[in-house]
Amino acid sequence: MNASPARAPRSAPSPAVPVLEARNLNKSFGAVSAAADISIEFATGSKVSLIGANGAGKTTFVNMVTGYLKPDSGAILLDGVDVTKKKPRAMTHLGVCRSFQIPQLCEPMTSVENMLVSFGASGRRFSLFRPCGSEGSEDEARAMLDRFGLTQYADRVVAELPGGVRKLLDIAMAMVRKPKVLLLDEPTSGVSAEEKFPLMDTVMAALAHEDVTVLFVEHDLDIVTRYSDRIVAFYAGKIIADDRPDEVLSDDAVQKYVTGGAR
Amino acid sequence: MHGKTLKTLLGGAVLMAVLLLAGFAAPQWLLFTATKAIGYGIVALGIVVLMRGGVVSFGQGMVYCAGAYAAGLIAANWGLTDALVLLTIGGVTGIVIGAVVGPLIARYRGIFFAMLTVALSMVLYGVLVKMNQIGGSDGFNVPEPTFFGWPPDRDSADLALYCTAIVVAGVTAMLCRVYFDSMAGLMSRAVRENELRVEYLGTSVHRTMVLNFVVAAGFGGVGGALNGMALGHVDPLFSFWTTSGEFVFVAILAGPYSVAAVFVASIILELVRSFSNLYFPETWQLVLGAFLLAVILFLPEGIGSLWAKGRIIAPRTPRDDVTRSRAAEDRSTGGSRVATATRAARPTAKEPQA
Ligand SMILES: Nc1ncnc2c1ncn2[C@@H]1O[C@H](COP(=O)(O)OP(=O)(O)OP(=O)(O)O)[C@@H](O)[C@H]1O
Ligand SMILES: [Mg+2]
Repeated sequence: MNASPARAPRSAPSPAVPVLEARNLNKSFGAVSAAADISIEFATGSKVSLIGANGAGKTTFVNMVTGYLKPDSGAILLDGVDVTKKKPRAMTHLGVCRSFQIPQLCEPMTSVENMLVSFGASGRRFSLFRPCGSEGSEDEARAMLDRFGLTQYADRVVAELPGGVRKLLDIAMAMVRKPKVLLLDEPTSGVSAEEKFPLMDTVMAALAHEDVTVLFVEHDLDIVTRYSDRIVAFYAGKIIADDRPDEVLSDDAVQKYVTGGAR
Repeated sequence: MHGKTLKTLLGGAVLMAVLLLAGFAAPQWLLFTATKAIGYGIVALGIVVLMRGGVVSFGQGMVYCAGAYAAGLIAANWGLTDALVLLTIGGVTGIVIGAVVGPLIARYRGIFFAMLTVALSMVLYGVLVKMNQIGGSDGFNVPEPTFFGWPPDRDSADLALYCTAIVVAGVTAMLCRVYFDSMAGLMSRAVRENELRVEYLGTSVHRTMVLNFVVAAGFGGVGGALNGMALGHVDPLFSFWTTSGEFVFVAILAGPYSVAAVFVASIILELVRSFSNLYFPETWQLVLGAFLLAVILFLPEGIGSLWAKGRIIAPRTPRDDVTRSRAAEDRSTGGSRVATATRAARPTAKEPQA
């Protein structure tokens, strides 16, 4: 089906209702149009990468879908239900979680403490009286770190951790709620070239047993080709291509505006 | 019950017992000073609760004053003088005010939050100064408290109130410790560090802020009621901004980690105040200022950092050599990785193939 040797293709026939859908989304910042009439659907279980040059509107799209930015017009549907007006907290409750271009962590805390924050925020472990970390919640947090290969960093203060580790922790925290849709904003940015593939391998392996739809923003075309079954290319707030990786990467417009004709 | 909770309760109980016994050996003036310091400490503990969530109130005088006035008015007018009842009235008054004001100001941060709290406390001050039915700027006297119906004589009054103060402060401190150690307490710290993330993880930052504000207001009210009884008098100065400033002083002196440190800081403030007043009455604020400066310079995380640390979860993974050399390597290559991550994102996009 595609050039991804790492994964078995998932659910080839797309289900009737897309898990996530955007309809005619528009968003401008002053004169800059960061989203211009974006309409797109995502099938359950798909692995989609969003590409585009700096300022193309990828993060804006992620921000709108997760409720952080309100679109000027248009609608966002989750399982066919309108969620356009929901805030990030509500979207998280509905199963739309994200990681960040710049990892959003509690800097003076350790990795395991950050992970506990995520478990606490998920509500399952919330209490005013029970000590945090008690009754197995610390073990649960450590097990999650282990799944992302972060055990050796568990007790280190995150402010002093390397970029790749911070990225992974950021993603791991977003996975605690077992989201339906996971949006990763540039999971490999700021990570050295040799570390990008191991990082993505770790993420994809950790997600392998989850029934999650993954949308990730990515600049590295090798990563994109290898880990996604569909590519959406953005340019100046518009979607200029949306297809299988090989199709998109050989597209003229994409070569002109996104990849710089390198491929 | 979890081991950590048990440790908190046992430790608190032992400390309370020791301090209660010490009270019987202490001179009268020290009992009075200690009681007043405990009252201050309970209010300052509220500020520490707020500080852990990332905001500082410069207007705790408002709830302190409200608690003192509520307890004092009821004691003076209704003859209800039982110390525990009055402390409860003070606490409830604080909580009610916190529950009304909290949701309104919980979305402000930093200097705006601080200024709003000062403004509110000064409004209360202004209103009380004008209210001549309850003494105006002179305030009014609070009758001697009784203890479960027992009216202590002149000699034992200070001791009785001191013992009550120890018990109330002890319970407050233990509850506070339990809250700090809980998941809710961790959430509060997470809010301080990264509100965006907390919201994206699915928890309400607003709810945490309001909770902290109500807890702090309740503590403020209890402290006010206690000091109203200790001084035998309340006046609008309880709500003046300088009073609020002293609570902040104590909270900063104590630092965010240790609950006990708040009371240590508070007793230091009272002792410095008493002695400086005696020996250099004109310049005692100067002494206090110099003292705070020294603490900020040498113990930026407060005196509590001498024995308590911010770690919540004890390490399990040994810091093996691999980890350590990795850390050294990271430090040599990049300083702040956050900055590196943002900068690195740009060039990769321009030359995706590079
Ligand atoms: N909050 C904002 N205020 C004003 N302009 C904004 C804001 N957020 C984004 N923009 C603008 O909208 C456009 C799209 O930005 P966006 O962050 O979505 O790009 P991107 O595709 O994620 O780029 P990058 O690869 O640099 O992360 C840019 O021109 C940007 O300057
Ligand atoms: Mg972006």
